Amino acid sequence: MKKYIIQRILLMLLTMFVIMTLCFILIKMLPLPAVREMGRDINLVYAKREQMGYNRPLLVQYVLFLKAVFTRWDWGVGEQMYQALSVTEVMAQKLPYTILVNLYSILIAIPLGLLLGIYAALRKNKWQDHLISTLVMVFISVPSYVYAFLVQYIFCFRLGWFSLTLESLDSAPLFSFRMFRSMMPAIISLGFGVVASLARYTRAELSEVLTGDYMLLARTKGLTRAQAIRRHALRNAMVVILPMIIGEFIGIVGGSMIIENIFAIPGVGNLYVAAINVRDYNFFMALTCFYTFISLASGIVIDISYGLIDPRIRMGSRK
Amino acid sequence: MSTVQNQNGNQPEKRPGNEPWNEAGNSPEKKPESGLTGERKNAPVDGPDDIPAEKFTFVQADKKLHDVRLETKPIGYFQDAWMRFQKDASAVVAFVLILLLLAFAVIVPFVSTFDVAFRDSYYKTVLPKAPVFVGLDFWDGCSNSTETQAGYDYLNAIGQESGESAVKKLYRSYESASGAVLYRLRADSYARVGYVFVSMSTAEFQALQDYQNETGIQVIYPMPKTYNTDFVMANGGANFWYQLADESKTSTGLAVYDENGSYIPNYITSDNENAAGYDSLRIAGDDGGADGKTWDVYAVRNQSGVKIRVNYHQYFLYQHPGVEPVFYFGTNIYGQDIFTCLAAGARLSFLLAFAVSFINFVIGIIYGSIEGYYGGTADLIMERISDILYSVPFIVVATLFQLHLADRVGVLGSLLFAFVMTGWVGIASTVRMQFYRFKGQEYVLAARTLGASDRRLIFKHIFPNALGTIITSSILTIPGVIFSESILSYLHIINLETSSLTSIGTMLSNGQGYLSTYPHIILFPAIFISLLEISFNLFGNGLRDAFNPSLRGAD
Repeated sequence: MKKYIIQRILLMLLTMFVIMTLCFILIKMLPLPAVREMGRDINLVYAKREQMGYNRPLLVQYVLFLKAVFTRWDWGVGEQMYQALSVTEVMAQKLPYTILVNLYSILIAIPLGLLLGIYAALRKNKWQDHLISTLVMVFISVPSYVYAFLVQYIFCFRLGWFSLTLESLDSAPLFSFRMFRSMMPAIISLGFGVVASLARYTRAELSEVLTGDYMLLARTKGLTRAQAIRRHALRNAMVVILPMIIGEFIGIVGGSMIIENIFAIPGVGNLYVAAINVRDYNFFMALTCFYTFISLASGIVIDISYGLIDPRIRMGSRK
Repeated sequence: MSTVQNQNGNQPEKRPGNEPWNEAGNSPEKKPESGLTGERKNAPVDGPDDIPAEKFTFVQADKKLHDVRLETKPIGYFQDAWMRFQKDASAVVAFVLILLLLAFAVIVPFVSTFDVAFRDSYYKTVLPKAPVFVGLDFWDGCSNSTETQAGYDYLNAIGQESGESAVKKLYRSYESASGAVLYRLRADSYARVGYVFVSMSTAEFQALQDYQNETGIQVIYPMPKTYNTDFVMANGGANFWYQLADESKTSTGLAVYDENGSYIPNYITSDNENAAGYDSLRIAGDDGGADGKTWDVYAVRNQSGVKIRVNYHQYFLYQHPGVEPVFYFGTNIYGQDIFTCLAAGARLSFLLAFAVSFINFVIGIIYGSIEGYYGGTADLIMERISDILYSVPFIVVATLFQLHLADRVGVLGSLLFAFVMTGWVGIASTVRMQFYRFKGQEYVLAARTLGASDRRLIFKHIFPNALGTIITSSILTIPGVIFSESILSYLHIINLETSSLTSIGTMLSNGQGYLSTYPHIILFPAIFISLLEISFNLFGNGLRDAFNPSLRGAD
């Protein structure tokens, strides 16, 4: 197991490095945009460019870049937006919003998805199951932005339950009910997909487990249906479901660009889209690495968690 | 005999077709008996019944042993899949729905009276209207609203002058808490455009007058006196042809009525019947006789020629002969027909998606086959490459391609490259997995022993096993591509909008700011893409089950 983990991590680092290099080269091959005249900080940006060796050969630039990143964790400064502010600092400001919205959303969605999935599996091929499965099918298929529009239209405009914009930090601290309430539309829109996919997954997994021979054995030895489900079926189904939930938790850092865009949440997703649209390459580079890292890391964590949760895999690898 | 047996072994179901073959006496069940021939030979010598040897004849001495052709039609893999697919009602419905959506996207841009380049600055944000529903309070281009007295006057005045009423229904009028009279009514978003001022050259003016004389349709209406008020004046005040109670700068816009309850016209008048060169139809009540010798003025000269006031509906018909301004899905803020734009955008998306799906299919098959078949070092290296490509977030690939290639191969081309760049990896890994599963099996070994080349083994023996899965996954790329494309264009990362091109994502992002006031701009693209995704998912599920032979008989 240990060997496997180390191997996976090394492979991930290699992949990460290759992607980073490719991205760096591809970005540097583009014509360097002139710094937008925004304020007096323009000279700071030019000084920074000089320091990062912008007019030196590509390889030198890359070495300088790597040196800055790994020695000082310096990913450059904002050029076209957040001028002369450190990229990592700006990201650190944005991250809490993204994490919070996604965290709230999955904290609400996971129990709901599990319950629906379990209920559907237990009522398999009855009308409850058909209803849940149909709804799940619809909610998985419909793009998330469509829910976002619906939520915005119904809850914000028609019913007026929530405000359209997020509370500012001055009026409501990050961990307050007011902030939570103003995040609600985004939380709901994000939740649909999670609920649906988790419900589908749980239903499929649990209904497969329920047909297992050991379930019959459990009933035969005298357990009630509820006991058998709780002690045997659910535990076995969780072996597969839990890694998925863990994956969801890692995914919260990445967030959803489109939902953040629609609800104007000042998170990293929005920052990324803005960086692309104004061609701020430092932000683009840093955020690309960020997103790549998340997707790679979540893949590894999911794989490893399978091993940690399922004793069969854990034992199996210890040859 | 063994060849015959093999063929039979491949037919899992016993069909009548097998029977003639059994009569030939070669059935596998009889095989042990034929093995006894050796004993039989001895029978005349040692057996209890002494049958003379000459009575024995060879049963099959002159017979040629042939496989008897099956009398029923064989059912191939695809036919079987098709038969089982047909049993899945939801998948069939989804398939029909996909075909309908596809037909909508393909046909509408050709037959629609409008095109994407069409923009109308007055019929903008008009509501969806289908002629069949007119009068049914649904999809009739009207909306319910609550108007003040001034607003009610404004809407009613349009109807009184042209005969085409903007107020379709008046539900009730009531006094609000503040004492103001409010009207709850249903207003036609097309008719409420009313009148607009148009500047044109004298030649165009003359042509319009000729049109009026020819058809007898009143297009040009008299010019009203302009008010100097802050009251909101739509269309540059062209709809304020009536006398206001208060003409000051702070006017509330209330009208005054004559003794019959009608509006009092407030036209510019002149003692010259043909002021500004107008010599055509005149509205009722404009005969110059009532108050001596004054006529209403229908045009005012300006730098470009004349400025006139037209009824916009009639003017639209004059500009677009034979095209009634009816927009099935309404128009957006630029006055584009959403019905046509949606179809054009969908067509673009479908085209892109089909191209991507096909290219991914080809690349994925070749790459995956090589990987899976040869294994070893080749697999290790190739797997690394696809792993890296797979790990790059798609948005990064799309952005970089956009920045590098959009100038050279166009926005659509670079998007296609971006999709292909990462899209084939999934299909390649499916193919690779299937190869690992099948390449060690005995029948492959047998074929190899018989001298089959690598290419033959790959494409004839192993690959068909994976075909069902691959077809399913490459069909499921289509909704994925459409979805990603809509997100990218929604976020303005790619810009597919030109004067004659649009995409679903662009339409969504154009409508987003008007969600509270004009939800129909987003509604139709959102419904379209939702339907598309749902039906593709159902269709994909059905296809996956149909292509999975192990599920045969399970349902």
